[in-house]
Amino acid sequence: MPYGYWGRLLEVNLSTEDVKTLQVDKRTMRKYVGGRGLGVKILWDRLGDRWEEIDPLGPDNILLILTGPLTGYYPGSRVCVAGKSPQSNGVVGSTVGGEFGVELKSAGYDGIIITGESEKPVYLWINDDEVEIRDASHLWGKEAKDTLRILTRELIDEMSKKKPLRGLCKEPSILYIGPAGERKVRIAAVAHKLTHAAGYGGYGAVMGAKKLKAIAVKGSGPLPDVADLEGFKKLLDSVCKVLIKEFRMRYWGTGWAGYTVGADTSSEPIRNWQEEWHDEARFGVSFFEKYWIKRFWGDFGCPTTCLKIAFIRSGRFKGVLTDNPDYELQAYLGTNLGIFDPEGNIYLSSRADELGLCGIQTGNVMGFAAELYQRGILTKDDIGFELKWGDVEAFAKLQEMIARREGIGDLLAEGTYRAAVKISEMKKVDVMPYAIQVKGIGVGAHGIRSGLDYTKPTAYVCSLQGGDHTSVSNLDDQNRPGEYEMILLDSIVACWFNYKKQYLYEFFKVVAGWNLTEDEWYGELAPRIAAIQRTLLLLGGPDAYWDPRIHDENPQRFYEPLPSGPKKGAVVKREEIEKLKKTYYEAAGWDENGLPKPETLKRLGITELEKALERIRHRLGLA
Amino acid sequence: MSGEKPKIWIFRDYERCSGCRRCEIACSIRHEGRIWPEASRVRVFMPIPGLEIPHLCTQCPGYPCVEACPFDALLVDKNTGAVIVDRDKCTGCGKCIDACPGQIPFIHPRDGYAVICDLCGGDPECVKVCVEAGYNALITTPRSPSEIYKVYARTPQDIAKDLVSKLYGEEWEGWV
Repeated sequence: MPYGYWGRLLEVNLSTEDVKTLQVDKRTMRKYVGGRGLGVKILWDRLGDRWEEIDPLGPDNILLILTGPLTGYYPGSRVCVAGKSPQSNGVVGSTVGGEFGVELKSAGYDGIIITGESEKPVYLWINDDEVEIRDASHLWGKEAKDTLRILTRELIDEMSKKKPLRGLCKEPSILYIGPAGERKVRIAAVAHKLTHAAGYGGYGAVMGAKKLKAIAVKGSGPLPDVADLEGFKKLLDSVCKVLIKEFRMRYWGTGWAGYTVGADTSSEPIRNWQEEWHDEARFGVSFFEKYWIKRFWGDFGCPTTCLKIAFIRSGRFKGVLTDNPDYELQAYLGTNLGIFDPEGNIYLSSRADELGLCGIQTGNVMGFAAELYQRGILTKDDIGFELKWGDVEAFAKLQEMIARREGIGDLLAEGTYRAAVKISEMKKVDVMPYAIQVKGIGVGAHGIRSGLDYTKPTAYVCSLQGGDHTSVSNLDDQNRPGEYEMILLDSIVACWFNYKKQYLYEFFKVVAGWNLTEDEWYGELAPRIAAIQRTLLLLGGPDAYWDPRIHDENPQRFYEPLPSGPKKGAVVKREEIEKLKKTYYEAAGWDENGLPKPETLKRLGITELEKALERIRHRLGLA
Repeated sequence: MSGEKPKIWIFRDYERCSGCRRCEIACSIRHEGRIWPEASRVRVFMPIPGLEIPHLCTQCPGYPCVEACPFDALLVDKNTGAVIVDRDKCTGCGKCIDACPGQIPFIHPRDGYAVICDLCGGDPECVKVCVEAGYNALITTPRSPSEIYKVYARTPQDIAKDLVSKLYGEEWEGWV
């Protein structure tokens, strides 16, 4: 028996309604770990030969929901959603916190592979060994709160009837989509609870394309045994004690940063990144606190509980409830839209939750649209109303239009990159310079120009996940690709905010019984996963392809000097990027064009990538 | 075990619960030797995400569950006042669940006997992790001879009904 994981995946074909389980052997798990690593491996094995042809929103795409060997054990459990991304056309390991992974493991599975597509709206119900594809026509069209409430209630009623003598049933764990996902909006999230989201990647649209409204799971079993129970208990206790002392994240969550990333580090998106500095103290965390009805809210096993629950009791947004906008949403549904009003920001966040939109990508594309409006490229006629910075109602309206693909919302629903391509054609003006994205993914709310944030100049340039701020391609202090650390967290699968390096590798030992060292991770496992993920990203298609010589690049805006604040004038230089990019390639074992080198593949035992790289070289004219 | 130790009770303040479920982890490690939320003596319900209810035995005076057991499988620990389940005698009939005003006991998902909090012999693990994190949703208090404890024997749904009005207002009452 393995430890920490079952070595067992559930596979569901929505076209044929076949359900089966499959074993993953110990060697594969040890090599690819879980979550993002295992996801990349599964996708490569199954779709690698014809990756370019696979429409991310078609029946051939595969949706993966994967835990890792440390999910449920390392504090702060998450689950990783993956597949061919309708944003980057590569793979994005998109993780979301919550109990889903723990429930899934309790039901006896490490993950779910979903293939095909259903003709009618369905949801997937997993109750231990019982797995059913069920009609979801009563849920289709419903927003977050209603979806969750209706499904939770009916599943509890059903379980209670089925096992009347067992006692009260706990709620199942549910991943679901809102109206945005149903309409294949490329910036739709996979949602969980109220509302956590796997936002990056656009997997809400993949679920929508498969007509899969939700996945609900209730497991009654234990998590898999750990290799060393006494060691595990001690280690868990130690790391929790350390995490509990961390005041900032615990008491304020990342919501402290809505003010400080502007005021302290000059790296917050403001009005579509036209500025990155502000000193709007009224957007500081203490002004959000008055809406909090819970200061500490967290997911399974998390001692940090950085989430806070915001509720608006009165006024025009009365009754609105959301997990308090974290920094990313404060920035993207706040400052990036010129909104410095906590209440408006909470409102927009709760609407994004309800509609099933990724708050980051939605704020990115709405900021893009608002800048085009500012510049007179998009007009009132195009949009239907004025789209002025700071106008909460206008952005709320636009957000609804995106989620429902109405009017200009249909175009913006394609995400910033694709919208920019279309608007450029439509208006005969190159609007790509205003699209703050990398490889189809809007960049996270951490700028690079000031040099004061964790995001270094190449943070988004070589990232395997484009603009994803949780997968940045900085070189670390030992000149290793910094993204390897992010791959680790997405593969184990646990939360970045609880990451303590000195404990993490010990967890592998006591939980999974693996002697996985940092050297092995950085020297072999991570480079292997990265090489496959990089290859899939560069294969791309069918509607967009990336050329590293062009697209391993920052948004143009980052080469414009910061116009305000203490770091006024700070800028990233193109020549510097070119140099850093090459250093990064070298460190990753990629050639001067950013393709994994043959000797790298050989060393890592993945020479089967060679034929895919041949196709890429051919397309790029490098063959 | 010293008989002189004062009896304890676990006070619960639902509004303070973070939903972290470290109580479930601590409890199931202690009683099951592994992480097993569905076998934890304290189970955190989530009638609405954001409103989490740690649900555990309150040791009602009069012990209706003990009274209701047709097999004498439940007894009260003299030192702690906790209900102890005799696994050999328990048939998993569920009478104790029906008798409990809060439907707190449940049947072990694998072994089929009733699961009830045993107060860890007087030093509960769930309280340790909750207090350590500063939530104090579960704290240990000395227990006095009073009927008061039984008022905490309520279902998570009933508790949530009250709290949802208080916290979220009437618009949200329909949720539970």
